[in-house]
Amino acid sequence: MDNMTLTLKLWRQKNANSKGAFETHTLAGVSEHMSFLEMLDVLNEQIINEGKEPFAFEHDCREGICGTCSLMINGYAHGPQQGTTTCQLHMRHFNDGDTVTIEPWRSQAFPVVKDLVVNRDAFDRIIQAGGYVSINTGQAQDGNAIAIEKEQAAGAFDAATCIGCGACVAACPNASAMLFTAAKVSHLAQLPQGEVEAAKRAQKMVAQHDQEGFGRCSNITACEAECPKGISVAHIARLNREYISASLGSETQVN
Amino acid sequence: MVNWFSRFITSSIGQKIIMSLTGLFLITFLLVHLIGNLQLMSSDGGQSFNEYAYFMTHNPLIKTVSYGLYAFILLHAIQGIVLWRRNSSARGSVGYAVKKDRVAGDNSRVSSVYMGALGTVILIFILIHMYQFWLQMKLGNTEMITYGDGEPVKDLYTLVSAAYDNVLFVVFYVVSMIFIAFHLWHGFQSAFQTLGLNHPKWTPLIKTVGKIYSVAVPVGFAAIPIYMHFFQ
Ligand code: HEM
Ligand code: SF4
Ligand code: FES
Repeated sequence: MDNMTLTLKLWRQKNANSKGAFETHTLAGVSEHMSFLEMLDVLNEQIINEGKEPFAFEHDCREGICGTCSLMINGYAHGPQQGTTTCQLHMRHFNDGDTVTIEPWRSQAFPVVKDLVVNRDAFDRIIQAGGYVSINTGQAQDGNAIAIEKEQAAGAFDAATCIGCGACVAACPNASAMLFTAAKVSHLAQLPQGEVEAAKRAQKMVAQHDQEGFGRCSNITACEAECPKGISVAHIARLNREYISASLGSETQVN
Repeated sequence: MVNWFSRFITSSIGQKIIMSLTGLFLITFLLVHLIGNLQLMSSDGGQSFNEYAYFMTHNPLIKTVSYGLYAFILLHAIQGIVLWRRNSSARGSVGYAVKKDRVAGDNSRVSSVYMGALGTVILIFILIHMYQFWLQMKLGNTEMITYGDGEPVKDLYTLVSAAYDNVLFVVFYVVSMIFIAFHLWHGFQSAFQTLGLNHPKWTPLIKTVGKIYSVAVPVGFAAIPIYMHFFQ
């Protein structure tokens, strides 16, 4: 359908310190071929033409790989379509006359910056706490010098598909970031290069996760259901194993 | 020592491990409790049940374990309520206007989202249950009865059977079991996931056993008051 009319309820908030509220707009001429963000672009153009301020929302690659776009759409992180980022969600999943409620991610650890944009620095700080491999660069290594089992490499790849979007936090009834933290820990723990710092990494990243004010995981699996990359909660179990053995078994202590 | 251990046990994962280990202990206890209580339905006027109760309250090993049980119920409940409150505030001051909860695979949405509320109802049940039977027994508010030429034992059977004459208590016990079933429908498999025990070969088995347990054990408990009310 090339000519849908939608009622859009969007969150409007001037800045981090002001109180926000919903604003309702009607948008006509929405094509089913538009992506959700293109639909918002058209809405913003309409609002600019009315001489008002457009809505701020985040986006970058618009091809589902960078994790910049967010948005809670009708109660679902990245919208009702599973395995899809907001930028890859298309308007064909909506019907003429629909009311669409659009909200920013809600978490104590993700304060609203403006309108639909939240600050996700908490994720960066979790990564900085240990989500890396320290490598002294030098001669490039021979390909295939370090052997790795196929299942393990595939497991690391699965975890590595996390784009850090924060949908897991947004969807989790506890606003927990365990799936994100687990994906990062699990990715590196399964690789020979990452194993070296595994004990330190698990302890530091979990400590940072807790300090940021995210909730605690209750194994609800809402995160896996809404994750655009379908990251499995099996990675959370691996994080727990890593954390238990690092905290109780390894000699590595972190402060 | 205190440092690294307290850091571990107070972390988000450490707190969940407390929930998991105490929960698994309570799961084991419930099964033993059920097997013992099924003797209430034997038609010997309560002899086997009363003798069993006497054994359970006089064997030193079982007495020691029972103090552990009280402590674990308290620990599970307190830690659970702490987590529940912590998690309800993590969303921040402004919540969603529209929020749909969807879960992955065969996980139960209702059970998993409402663990704290279900647990609180169970806690109230446990307090009433212990006041009604355990405390009355401890205070000695029971008749003594002697079988053959053995020691006189407390007649707990009559205490229980009198309670279940009242249909309201039957309903109360049956409804409480439904809450326990919901709590365990999620809790059983969740306890393994928390400990990191998620494995493509074993997890399907754990989930199946969890579902059977969380239905069969509450049904077994619920059958006792129903049977005693209508048939004894
Ligand atoms: C019959 C007694 C009970 C049994 C067998 C039981 C069992 C369990 C199990 C196995 C779990 C899963 C642990 C995990 O996910 O790692 C759990 C979680 C939980 N229980 Fe219980 N429980 C009982 C009573 C209670 C009571 C009295 C409360 C009091 C408030 C409670 C509150 C909770 C909460 C809040 C959770 C979720 C913790 C989380 O995932 O964040 N439970 N329970
Ligand atoms: S785990 Fe999934 S939902 Fe969470 S940040 Fe990564 S990609 Fe986004
Ligand atoms: S804009 Fe990059 S993933 Fe959506």
